[in-house]
Amino acid sequence: MADERLALMAHLLRRAGFGASREELEAYAARPYEEVVEELIHPERMPDLDDDVLARYYPHIGANIDNPQSWNGRWIWRMVNSKRPLEEKMALFWHHVFATGWTKSEHTPTMVRHIDMLRRNGLANFRTLLIDLSRDPAMIYWLDNNENHAKSINENYGREILELFSMGIGNYTEQDIKECARAFTGWTFEHAIPLYPYGHYDSKFVYNEADHDNGVKTFLGHTGNFNGEDIVDIIARQEATARFISRHLYNFFVADEQQVPAWSVTDPVDPEAIKTLMKAFKDADADIRSVMRVLLNSDFFKAARFTRVKAPIELVAGVIKLAGTHRDVEPGLTAFDAATRVMGQTLMDPPTVEGWHTGKEWIDGGTLTERVNFAVSQLSDMKKPGPSAILRRLEELDRPLESAEVVDTILDLVGPLEVQPETRVALVDFADHVGEINFGSDENRQLSEERVGRLLRLTVASREYQFA
Amino acid sequence: MATNGHANGNGSKKKDPVLVVVQLSGGNDFLNTVIPFQNGNYYDARPLVHVPEGQSLPFTDHLAFHPAAAPLREMYLAGDVAIVQGIGYENSSRSHFRAMDIWHTCEPLKIATEGWLAKVTQELDPQGSNPLTAVSFGRGLPRALAAPGVTATSVDNLDNYGLLNSVQVVEQRQEDLQFFKRMYTPAIGTGMVLDYLAHTGNGVLSGADMLKVAPSLYTSSVTYPDCAIGKSLRDVARVHTANLGTRIFYTQHGGYDYHAQEVPSHHRLLTELTGSLSAFMQDLREHNAADNVSILVFTEFGRRMKDNGSGTDHGSGGGAFIIGENVKGGLYSEYPSIEPGDWLNGEDMRHTFDFRGVYGTMLEQWMGIDPTAIVGGNYEQLRPFKTAVGA
Repeated sequence: MADERLALMAHLLRRAGFGASREELEAYAARPYEEVVEELIHPERMPDLDDDVLARYYPHIGANIDNPQSWNGRWIWRMVNSKRPLEEKMALFWHHVFATGWTKSEHTPTMVRHIDMLRRNGLANFRTLLIDLSRDPAMIYWLDNNENHAKSINENYGREILELFSMGIGNYTEQDIKECARAFTGWTFEHAIPLYPYGHYDSKFVYNEADHDNGVKTFLGHTGNFNGEDIVDIIARQEATARFISRHLYNFFVADEQQVPAWSVTDPVDPEAIKTLMKAFKDADADIRSVMRVLLNSDFFKAARFTRVKAPIELVAGVIKLAGTHRDVEPGLTAFDAATRVMGQTLMDPPTVEGWHTGKEWIDGGTLTERVNFAVSQLSDMKKPGPSAILRRLEELDRPLESAEVVDTILDLVGPLEVQPETRVALVDFADHVGEINFGSDENRQLSEERVGRLLRLTVASREYQFA
Repeated sequence: MATNGHANGNGSKKKDPVLVVVQLSGGNDFLNTVIPFQNGNYYDARPLVHVPEGQSLPFTDHLAFHPAAAPLREMYLAGDVAIVQGIGYENSSRSHFRAMDIWHTCEPLKIATEGWLAKVTQELDPQGSNPLTAVSFGRGLPRALAAPGVTATSVDNLDNYGLLNSVQVVEQRQEDLQFFKRMYTPAIGTGMVLDYLAHTGNGVLSGADMLKVAPSLYTSSVTYPDCAIGKSLRDVARVHTANLGTRIFYTQHGGYDYHAQEVPSHHRLLTELTGSLSAFMQDLREHNAADNVSILVFTEFGRRMKDNGSGTDHGSGGGAFIIGENVKGGLYSEYPSIEPGDWLNGEDMRHTFDFRGVYGTMLEQWMGIDPTAIVGGNYEQLRPFKTAVGA
């Protein structure tokens, strides 16, 4: 059996980050759990990642250009290498919630700034986040707020900020939507510089006072000449907001829930957990960092190992960590973006404003094939740092190894990964089948390297490896 | 699975209709594919990006094919090609991605995620008993074939399809797959998602086992053009002639977004496309497997009336082709007016036929499926088939 401390720390790092190499995991596990949580929820205490180094080697990744694949490759590199794993994970979380897509604007720099905004505010007060979101050019264009005028409102953003970004359906009226939209009139962006001939330029938020509706609004029972900031403040104080955000956090960090549209009619799988998170949200006046502290230290979180299907990006980043590659600058990052795409998730381009469907819905025949084949192919070379470290650990045991021991050691080093008894039996039989692991001579070493490789690859092809 | 198709209700053997979709990605320039070569407005609007008179290949007194589309013209003259002129929808989107989504989901007004062909697949195989009912060539499923609970197979490389495809040694891969299958055995009490993964994994394994036979059964005297769409259509032929029960094939041909340098690139693409389509039809005939196949060639939008000096920008009012032995060849719907006064918003071709009517035509008259729920309403249909096979 795997060391319990190690297993718990691996769980924390899979959820609050994108997994860890064995060395990272052991270093974290040597420290008290609560101390690690504090470090994770305070990313500013750790050095930022200098991803400009990528631009030095690969100018196409660094220049302000229009190719979203390059930028996604850069984001994946951050996920793998950042000393602030929760910062990247929170950006991804909010990207799931405030699903804004490249597809409509085809405007890459603005989408990149959008993700930067999510990264910057991921653990901030929910108000700060919603205000910056409402001022974000990518969001403004995505939900047509640039067409929301004092004289003729466009309800799109006014509706979605309530339905999808804060409270959830059923907690406000159609009239509230209109009043909310009125409050956000005049929130637009500066006129974009034409695309041709040099490509897209960044855009900036503009508050157009002349196009803002300065009349009195009545929103969720409050009346006044509200602007967007006032609306956000009212939203942040709603019970429904505390519940909706808590359910999102639970679904993303703790365990797979039903899909968002079902939330208005189905209870949470763990009502007590949601109650705990809601209390934290309200006690801290919508401070997300405080909610995350409660969540990551809670018993329900610690007990929730392998209860979520990994999102494609979690699978890809986790496999890269396991392979031990791309810890420095090397080519191949945009291929990882392509890999997540064929698994059903393109960063910076969720399918609709409702975001990605999660859990079981990540899986179909095509995406499962891509997931398995990606993991297997990334581990096909036993000279890569990750696989060769696993070989070294087996060799250091310095004795003839039983099949069961080899399998258990690999399961431990890959996760520690917990598998069904039947899966373990199949792996042990497979170990018997591929032959003895023995590092006693050069010839045996070579054979053993190949055999361990086959075992390692079948392990990551397992059903259990699909879970975080 | 010795014969293509199955015994129908009255005991006779009847081949099931098969639909092959060819998606031209990027927005094919219909105006330069089927050219109103006698109309001065064409040459006026396209001072640089046009096919000079004398080079285009007339097939009526006012329309001509692009010179690179000679194979398509031959098929047309043989009576196998229905040209759907002016296909589109109201307020056509100029975004590739949005426009393609609209074509894939039949939903121009709101963002939808369920593909029209996924719904067809569900209709054809409600239990999902054959993982190969719908097969797409290329990596990742197009949205047209994606919907929760619907199985469609995407094949990147037919000769190396399936799980663990990076394992180079064939015998090793076979052994590994046996143990993979054991790990994916459903067991009581392991939980719903683990069980679902087990069933999904086994579906992939059996689909791969079925597909494996296709390349070995296939021989042909037909040589396809050496290009991506030629390879994909050859793969369609290999799977179709192996009689694996596939009813929907999906292929894509990319690169039609020529804002610049349109003249040489369009020539290359049409050469590849029409040569491959012609080879495909010939191949099917050689295998006596053409009579139950219809091809639908579509693109997400047409291009702007006026050229931009080197290429053309995104427009509307494109064209589609329906090809097959059961097709009543000819011109369908109306060619959009190219009089400048008639241009949509002063710059685009105005569509004359809704794309959902073309889908409806294919589903009702070819596949024998009620299209109403799939395309979201009742749209005017064409009559492009000699006999409505599916009905």
